[in-house]
Amino acid sequence: MTTFATQYAREWFGGVGRGAILCRDIASSLFRARVKWHDVLYQMYFIGVKSQSVVAITGAFTGMVLCAQTGFQFHKVKMDTATLAVVSVGMGSELGPVLTGLMVAGRVGAAIAAELGTMRVTEQIDALRTLAANPIDYLVVPRFLATLLVMPLLTAGSICLGILSAYIVAVYLLGINSTYLWYNMLHYTHTNDMLTGMIKTFIFGGIVAVVACDKGLNCPQGAEGVGRATTEAVVYSSITILVSNFFLTLLLQRILP
Amino acid sequence: MMIEVRDLKKSFGPLPVLQGVTFSVEKGEAISIIGVSGGGKSVLLKHLVGLITPDSGEVSIDGRNIAGLDERQLLPVRRMFGMLFQGAALFDSMTVEENVAFVLSRERKTSPEEISKRVEEVLDLVGLSGIEKQKPAELSGGMRKRVGLARAVIYRPQILLYDEPTTGLDPIAADTIDQLIIRVVEKLKVTSIAVTHDMRSARRIGHRILMLHDGRIYADQTPDDLFKSKDPVIYNFVNGISDLKEKDKDVI
Repeated sequence: MTTFATQYAREWFGGVGRGAILCRDIASSLFRARVKWHDVLYQMYFIGVKSQSVVAITGAFTGMVLCAQTGFQFHKVKMDTATLAVVSVGMGSELGPVLTGLMVAGRVGAAIAAELGTMRVTEQIDALRTLAANPIDYLVVPRFLATLLVMPLLTAGSICLGILSAYIVAVYLLGINSTYLWYNMLHYTHTNDMLTGMIKTFIFGGIVAVVACDKGLNCPQGAEGVGRATTEAVVYSSITILVSNFFLTLLLQRILP
Repeated sequence: MMIEVRDLKKSFGPLPVLQGVTFSVEKGEAISIIGVSGGGKSVLLKHLVGLITPDSGEVSIDGRNIAGLDERQLLPVRRMFGMLFQGAALFDSMTVEENVAFVLSRERKTSPEEISKRVEEVLDLVGLSGIEKQKPAELSGGMRKRVGLARAVIYRPQILLYDEPTTGLDPIAADTIDQLIIRVVEKLKVTSIAVTHDMRSARRIGHRILMLHDGRIYADQTPDDLFKSKDPVIYNFVNGISDLKEKDKDVI
């Protein structure tokens, strides 16, 4: 038991250390090397455009279920018209960024870890290095920048769809007055709620990219190693998103009350 | 001296792989490094281009010790090298043309027309004209290695490293690779180091053969002298004689 705990702790601290070193290397690359915007655009297409459908479906159905549940409970205390306000604040500051982060971790994090892991075990990363290309400049930075740039856009789309689908459920399914719904939503939703969500999603994008690239670049040899790296990329980035979300909420509440 | 390795040591965990390797290579020389599988030949080769950091010792390339340099400091040193990997290590998301043109395209110092011309030339040199648009997955093992060689020579490096260039190939394909390596050394006047356990290949492509044994350079001789050697370790290795003992027969 003690051996298992020691090994687990060593792996965890080792992972945090490698992540910190990778962040330093990314920062160094951003300042010292020329960013290949063509590569960034390609990654934005892969990470952003290709993730749109899964993120949209997640946002829409989360908005709908949140609206239905809130509507049912608020109806008991005659507060039906505040339903959309709850959906809007909840989606904007919490559910939108977190669920988008988890979906991107599952789709993009896994793909990045598998791609880089396969490149590592087939010596393609060593080949890159011998061809005088730094893997951080060539592989990591475009993925990192692309994830940072597309996450706020994906999250904004997810929030908008969530609110829109919640509005449809509230008006056409629960029969709540649309004018009061809109009025209360606009009244109780503040810019800081949306800003909180955008800051969070930006950070979650960085977490997904760093964890996935780290797992891919340090993938153990063989097919099993690639499988393990892929699973770990999804699990670790999802857990990091959930844990950091709590602390970010507390911190941002103080900065953006 | 183009390459100078002094007292190079490397262990992976408790396992010592290189235990004080020392040798040097002159400019324009072709060296074969032989030794048992898992004996550290590829590890030694990767130290020369800075892919692995040594535990101790020196690796000097053209007078500059590269042991301990970081990735960014190594970039100009690596520009001197071309390397053919055991599995060719072609980028599978790119076509043959994009693979071969990788360095020139990234540098953006050469026009696209000139790059296309150079790609055609090197593919012709390795006998693979007309496959520019194919993906690595569509090629045979021998073709992949030849494309890997084309990618390694297109930017005219000063040093070429070959990691098991003929492993896994049929005798005809292996002979083709050997001839190409000899042609490249003669035509481009590069310094070349090939790691192999294919004795025929080692003898043909090396002006000198180094034998790695127990983590050290055990022999450093011309091919003729090495193949005539009566030293039991060298003799057994070059003639493929196993030291499986009589008593071991009971185990199986």
